[in-house]
Amino acid sequence: MKAAVIVFPGSNCDRDVAVALQQSTGKPPAMIWHRDTSLPDLDLIVVPGGFSYGDYLRCGAMGAHSPVMKEIKKAADKGVRVLGICNGFQVITEAGLLPGVLMRNRGLKYVCKDVYLKVEDSQSAFTTKYAVGDVVRIPIGHGEGNYYADDETLNRLEGDGLVAFRYCTPGGALSDDANPNGSQRNIAGVFNKSRTVLGMMPHPERLSDPKLGGVDGRKMFESLVETLS
Amino acid sequence: MKAKVHITLKNGVLDPQGKAVEHALHGLGFPSVSDVRQGKFIELTIAETDKAKAKSQVEAMCKALLANTVIENYSVEVMD
Repeated sequence: MKAAVIVFPGSNCDRDVAVALQQSTGKPPAMIWHRDTSLPDLDLIVVPGGFSYGDYLRCGAMGAHSPVMKEIKKAADKGVRVLGICNGFQVITEAGLLPGVLMRNRGLKYVCKDVYLKVEDSQSAFTTKYAVGDVVRIPIGHGEGNYYADDETLNRLEGDGLVAFRYCTPGGALSDDANPNGSQRNIAGVFNKSRTVLGMMPHPERLSDPKLGGVDGRKMFESLVETLS
Repeated sequence: MKAKVHITLKNGVLDPQGKAVEHALHGLGFPSVSDVRQGKFIELTIAETDKAKAKSQVEAMCKALLANTVIENYSVEVMD
């Protein structure tokens, strides 16, 4: 699997995700600067977490219009897998690769903790190593992770099976108490129509090694390697 | 010419910041306040002499970058 990580001014999870990718692929991913206007031949593009452009105007808004995004959109159109994590999710929704928007957390505070997610799909390249209904523990760290889309869009996402993960209790219940940021319908991650683009607020790279205290996130990288190699 | 852009959240979109501001105003002795909604105000200068053209350009900017039309409305005012 040939992977790349996009680096914006203000990215701060680019190296973490590079470590997680290298662990699963055996080789370091290409690190692509946001000003680059060409991409190498790739199977996977990761748009990492952080605060691209200081979250100016709206989180993800400036990153979505950086020079490299044109190339990412072209690659996504060709079916190259795109994974947006946290700020990367915000960037790719602003860029129009996914529906909806990430708004300020319901409780206004930045929330940094492990959360539990219910896996809703095991068919995409990102999720083959999971089973539908699995409950996994993955950390979040964000102030603007409150997923919002209008009801029509949410119904379509659910109807087409494009919700990837939802916030839940450790037992798997989709309660409001388990929703850390007020996301509509507890949504933590969504796919595009062809399930080739995934955006999610939680950070799988942060629990992808026993030394970090857990490995639930590692299965995502292993899924990608299995599917794309 | 100069343009002023107001960006506001659409009706029905939860505005936690507006809510927090409202609660703070209540706490400061302004119990009559309700429906606080927070938005953005952007001022810019545009090299254009035709008011209508300037307005349509700024509206294009709103659609492309300044506002996220999933959740926000915008209004543009152009001044000579």
